[in-house]
Amino acid sequence: MTTMTEAIKSPGANSVKALDLEKVRADFPILQREVYGRPLVYLDTAASAQKPRQVIEAMTSMMEQSYANVHRGVHRLSQEATDVFESAREKAARLLNAASSDEIVFTRGATEAINLVAFCCGEGLLEAGDEVIITALEHHSNIVPWQMLRDRKGIVLKVVPMLEDGSLDLEAYRGLLGERTRMVATTHISNALGTIAPVKEIIAEAKARGDILVLVDGCQAVPHCRVDVRDLGADFYTFSGHKLYGPSGIGVLYGRKEVLDALPPYQGGGEMISSVTFEKSSWKAAPHRFEAGTPAIVEAAGLAAAIDYLEALDFDAIQAHEQGLLAYATDKLSQIEGLRILGTAPEKAAIVSFTLESAHPHDIGTILDRAGVAVRAGHHCAQPVMDRLGVAATVRASFGLYNSEAEVDALAAALLKVKELFG
Amino acid sequence: MLDELRELYQEAILDHGKNPRNFRHPDDANRSAHGHNPVCGDTLFVYLKLDEEGVIRDCAFKGKGCAISLASASLMTQSLTGLTEKQARALFERFHWLCTHDEPPEDETEDLDPEAIERLEVLSGVREFPVRVKCATLAWHTMTAALDGQQEVSTE
Repeated sequence: MTTMTEAIKSPGANSVKALDLEKVRADFPILQREVYGRPLVYLDTAASAQKPRQVIEAMTSMMEQSYANVHRGVHRLSQEATDVFESAREKAARLLNAASSDEIVFTRGATEAINLVAFCCGEGLLEAGDEVIITALEHHSNIVPWQMLRDRKGIVLKVVPMLEDGSLDLEAYRGLLGERTRMVATTHISNALGTIAPVKEIIAEAKARGDILVLVDGCQAVPHCRVDVRDLGADFYTFSGHKLYGPSGIGVLYGRKEVLDALPPYQGGGEMISSVTFEKSSWKAAPHRFEAGTPAIVEAAGLAAAIDYLEALDFDAIQAHEQGLLAYATDKLSQIEGLRILGTAPEKAAIVSFTLESAHPHDIGTILDRAGVAVRAGHHCAQPVMDRLGVAATVRASFGLYNSEAEVDALAAALLKVKELFG
Repeated sequence: MLDELRELYQEAILDHGKNPRNFRHPDDANRSAHGHNPVCGDTLFVYLKLDEEGVIRDCAFKGKGCAISLASASLMTQSLTGLTEKQARALFERFHWLCTHDEPPEDETEDLDPEAIERLEVLSGVREFPVRVKCATLAWHTMTAALDGQQEVSTE
């Protein structure tokens, strides 16, 4: 089994099925629209991905044909809805190569998943003085829940520093692992810079040091390459549906069974109990223990369709296509004078974060928008990354499976307009 | 496409954005505030010196931001000196109006200096770019925060 980073170097070795880009693009209705009279060039997939017709149809079909609440009715529709909902759990388990679908907890998104882990570990496993290690690459959602836990429970938060090229300082990481380390929470791929973190190594180092749990934020990884949680050795792994070409409002938390079984519940309510009296309630086993209330039912149908869609396209083909776009964009943008690419780690996903000498990212974003090119301009919810690189903001072009080299050309042409205006 | 953008990024804006006026921290400032736009990370400090009569004698700023927010801050500092607190607030209201409306207000306030309004007109291009109105008004929100004695203001 190849690791993620090995896989990225040589996607699928010799059996790569090429992506039929024209066919893929035709699957995404929104790509047909125009913005200010120009064809939409959507380069903001790292913020949220567009949806293929298959996802839209699966959600519509569920609402039109088999919608009811799940896990409670004896009637036909409830059974059908439950089947769709639970099959989404099985598909998510297979996608991540989890040992069982009982290891898949549905959440509102990756942010809620990390909050769930921080809360439940804080209640059940961690004590004041215990140390949690995060990294300098984290999105705010993998920083703030741990800070809240620190303030509530007195845990100690440590941060693995980042090197100038946007990769993690692994030597410093080894130095941070200590007697009191109980948890490591790391991103798999940086949303701001595209750096692929060596998560397998990070996990192995932690496990070699003792009983340390590792959570991986895989929001930017799962849509772009094959992830195998058992090969990685992760205790927790999370991703959001909306970044996987599925709907917003649903996310997946993988938790190793023994770990999930040891955790107290997250929220209380229906769905998560096995019995309730006014004196005492008892909890269901994982994953249902962590799913209080009516879940995102229609969204689960959409997520299942998104997983099917990606599996059918083949992750090796997706990865090869996106790595091609990354190389093409890096080369093309590097030719623009005054453009600085931030994040030049050797292992990167198809994200190019940059600044232009003469114009502020926000102004660039406005000008690109008028050319039909949608990018993110700002701090990307990763202010510490920006601080480390000495910039307030960057422009980020992030690519998805539907992007083309012609769209990279459109980005480069629009950037020349920025220079025309700003000098 | 460039024509529409030139409406927003007029020469004066590019000039003030690149070479902002009154970009300094006066030692004798007696009111100041920090303004922050959490969406884009822009951050400005506005400094005011008010005399005993409550007239603004000096206005300056420091900070980081896009061309729109820096140009707006720069033009603001040029417009406030000599105004009373009340006039400064009225000018902000008028400025906000021109950033969001095509027509001038029906009851144009008489005690506002038409020249100041004219100077600020150069920013009226943001009307066509609603997400950028906050960039144009950040310095002004910060200025009113300083007048109110607030130290921090953030535009959501």
